[in-house]
Amino acid sequence: MRTAQAVAWKEIQIYFSSPTAYIVGLIFLALTGFFFTQDLGDPFPEATLTPFFDGAIIVFILLAPALTMRLLAEESKLGTIELLLTSPVRDWEIIVGKYVASIVFFLVLVGLSFLYAILLFVYASPDPGPIYAGYLGLILYGSAALAIGLLTSTMTNNQIVSAVVAMGILLALFFADRAFGSISGKAGEIVGEMGLRGHYDDFARGVIDTTNIVYFVSVIAFFLFLSIRTLESRRWR
Amino acid sequence: MIKAESLTHYYGPYPAIQDVNFGVRRGEILGFLGPNGAGKTTTMRIITGFLPPTRGTVTLDGYDVVEQSLEARRRVGYLPETVPLYTDMSVNNYLKYMGTLRGMAPSAIKPRLSDVIDVCRLGDYRKTHIGKLSKGFRQRVGIAQAILHQPQLLVLDEPTIGIDPIQVVETRKLIQELGRDQTVVLSSHILPEVSMICDRVLIINEGHIVAEDTPKNLADGLQGVERLEVEIGGPAAEVLPVLKAIRGVHDVSHTNRDGRHTYMIQADAGQDLRDAISQVVIGNGWSLRGLQMVGMSLEEIFLRLTTHEEL
Repeated sequence: MRTAQAVAWKEIQIYFSSPTAYIVGLIFLALTGFFFTQDLGDPFPEATLTPFFDGAIIVFILLAPALTMRLLAEESKLGTIELLLTSPVRDWEIIVGKYVASIVFFLVLVGLSFLYAILLFVYASPDPGPIYAGYLGLILYGSAALAIGLLTSTMTNNQIVSAVVAMGILLALFFADRAFGSISGKAGEIVGEMGLRGHYDDFARGVIDTTNIVYFVSVIAFFLFLSIRTLESRRWR
Repeated sequence: MIKAESLTHYYGPYPAIQDVNFGVRRGEILGFLGPNGAGKTTTMRIITGFLPPTRGTVTLDGYDVVEQSLEARRRVGYLPETVPLYTDMSVNNYLKYMGTLRGMAPSAIKPRLSDVIDVCRLGDYRKTHIGKLSKGFRQRVGIAQAILHQPQLLVLDEPTIGIDPIQVVETRKLIQELGRDQTVVLSSHILPEVSMICDRVLIINEGHIVAEDTPKNLADGLQGVERLEVEIGGPAAEVLPVLKAIRGVHDVSHTNRDGRHTYMIQADAGQDLRDAISQVVIGNGWSLRGLQMVGMSLEEIFLRLTTHEEL
């Protein structure tokens, strides 16, 4: 456990000293700031963060892979993975340590976006339900996206490949709910239920449904599990 | 300390090593010697648990590197050939991090860190980012992380490659010092280095161990022929056939350096021909200017063993 902490702490330090993370942060805040202010020009603007949440999940399809692509791909590239894997560290400690670091950086970004909520509460009286639920949804959604990005980073030594594949998976999952209409029968239902957006939309409307929480937690657990197995597979004969 | 049995590793259809067996005693310095691509790195990666063997087993201190990997890994300090380091960390932070990964308690890391920094002479570079260090200093950081947790076994893959001659000497001295209390396995393709540092040498070629002995025994015993270098004052055309006619002489080669005629005589094993040669030379009225027994250098043995050629 102490080693997982050490891995996480080292990665957090690298996040806060690397330009990539700041660029990701800048883009995230610039774009979501734009989404937030978009409706404010209306004659009768609504005191809501819904445009921000809707925009943020699209932005994260692009930005989450950028945050995770370095995590293991760079270790493979530099060869430092050789020292990591020959140290008495369990594979899950490496994966969990790296994952926690990416979550911490992501939470800082989300934390900065609280400014939008604070502005709403100061200058208007928004319905707090959808805002709390929306943030819970955004955090779950982002955590799932980071777990997917971590898996692709574990599979390659090329950061670009990692990012592109992660974006592909995220886009596929994002649009999976379209299968409800286009694929008939049970198959369409199954694929549709796998969609990220369908499970996220309830949160943005202020509904906290256990099904949706279970869905996101399952996605996170599934991709972390695959990441650990992928790392472990280097030791298979 | 190490017991490797019928180790085999295939990269796809190509065998990197085949049926490699060896043992290393506690406190021994073992050298792997072989040309590039012989299988040295593959063997070391298997020992350290980075690469699983396709067949065969390795145990460290009784722990199987595959089955009881974690226990085995606790006993190893490893310096890979490429010296992989996190270039965006300072020397201090990097070593602390590696210490934690190796399972050292925070309270143990601090005092040990200053020892290791002294031993590896990194004192002035504690706060320097590793990315800014020269190759030689990176090598020292690499050694520092390998010895930090005082492992029972040190595995060093080409520890002196790519650093300047002064640092090479320092590094060799350091390895010898470490070898007093720790078991060391190192690889090299530099023969004098191995004969200088190691207690025992494994010569590996094309994935097979072709010889295993102390550097001295390798040089003494494996040669099969004794050699004499003789300088004779006399007409070469006459001297050569006479020398060749001596009983026990296997072959003679002649070189003429500015009128100094030297003959390299290869005798059959176990023969001391010095008396016979000097009598023949003097009996023919020539002058004997020099007579010297020449052992076979490790370099020559190495070539002999790895190129399938008679010298």
